[in-house]
Amino acid sequence: MSGGEFEPRIVVFACNWCSYAGIDLAGTSRIKYPHNVRIVKVMCSGRVHPEMVLKALEEGADGVLITGCHPGDCHYISGNYKAMRRYLLLKKLLGELGLSDRVRLEWVSASEGERWARVSSDFVEHIRKLGPLRLKEVMEGE
Amino acid sequence: MSDRVKVALYWCASCGGCEEAVVDLAEELIRLSNSLEIVFWPVAVDFKKSDVEAMPDSSIDISFINGGIRLTEHEEVVKLLRRKSKLVVAFGSCAHGGGVPGLANMYSRDEILRYAYIEAPTVINSEGALPKELSGGVGGELELPKVLKLLKPLDEVVDVDFYIPGCAPTPDVIKKSLETLLSGKLPPKGSVLGASSKSLCDECDLNKTKPEKILLKDIKRVHQVRLDLSKCYLSQGVICLGPVTRGGCGTLCVKGGMPCTGCFGPLDNVSDYGARALSFLASVIDYDDEVQAEKFIEEYIPDPVGWFYRYNLPKSLIKGRYQRQGGGVHG
Ligand code: FES
Repeated sequence: MSGGEFEPRIVVFACNWCSYAGIDLAGTSRIKYPHNVRIVKVMCSGRVHPEMVLKALEEGADGVLITGCHPGDCHYISGNYKAMRRYLLLKKLLGELGLSDRVRLEWVSASEGERWARVSSDFVEHIRKLGPLRLKEVMEGE
Repeated sequence: MSDRVKVALYWCASCGGCEEAVVDLAEELIRLSNSLEIVFWPVAVDFKKSDVEAMPDSSIDISFINGGIRLTEHEEVVKLLRRKSKLVVAFGSCAHGGGVPGLANMYSRDEILRYAYIEAPTVINSEGALPKELSGGVGGELELPKVLKLLKPLDEVVDVDFYIPGCAPTPDVIKKSLETLLSGKLPPKGSVLGASSKSLCDECDLNKTKPEKILLKDIKRVHQVRLDLSKCYLSQGVICLGPVTRGGCGTLCVKGGMPCTGCFGPLDNVSDYGARALSFLASVIDYDDEVQAEKFIEEYIPDPVGWFYRYNLPKSLIKGRYQRQGGGVHG
């Protein structure tokens, strides 16, 4: 597959209270963001277990973006701190497994439609440069 | 004689500890020989593969297979045993999740062979000879089994009926598993035998001293602290994986002054043990500040794979280190 043809498949976990609302705002304000994202609404970024991220990669995602309320703003008070600690550790684990830079955590508030557009395009371009992951194919091939 | 239950035992990529665990049954083994007939056990009994091939299909009642699948030979023999057996039981951590030999999935096949045959400090191999699948020897052609790209858990190669956990399974776990298997009342297929369905903490004597919430500003390794053996190790800053690990071992390590490293594997319905362990460890980090949390991880968790996937990397969602063809490391 040549670089030009590769369209990254990105799974996004977005918390219901800030990030999903922010993405929605981008939509209603007609701010463009890449079509590569598949958005999964979760109640809180603290709900995103590492298994969910690994499963997404295993099932064919080229990258995973976790989004949540800014520190201090989580609807459940501390869910995003939990998400941050898990993410940092997961990032280190994935680095050891040769998969660094495939997963990112970003804070997007309900009023940040513009920021969502920037964050998502940045990530899509970043993954585009890394190239397709094809985890199953690479791990199970001969 | 013919009403005895026919069993086979086989080892794949393992250390031999699982065979030892069977011998550790001691007098029990003698008692069991009244009800069991061993038809194949390469490490102890002189039957050959051709003897198994000559048996009718499904004529062995239970095959106990330990070790991970690393060679084409392992694949061949376990497929043969599957065909000849009514039940196949994955015996021990390696057959169950890949085990310690499964950590070799962090390296490519070439890296492993090069290290083992050329680079290891204890090796003298000036010609740089590597094993070939076909070698000309004094007695003619010699065929060696092929090393697979990754080590696989048993259930990735053949259908597995039951699992016996542990590195190695304790005599008590083996005894309980055999009782279940011989009782005729089998649990649902895929069950883990001989162990608990609850976490290790549930059976641990120190659980009553475990604080409601564990929050740590640093982590200590066992050699850096004088452990109080009467208090939950987590409360003393030593990481014990009891909360995410299946119980049933009788907390042997904890009683011996060592924290749990997870050999009994995950609880039911957990798809990735390491991800659970990671989640648990992240939850004890007592920092809300990103920079400090990152520093904590940098300093105290140098090798997440070794900590979280010590016994089951091949069974994890990622399976090993991601490397593109040609051995080039990606990322
Ligand atoms: S609700 Fe948005 S991060 Fe918790």
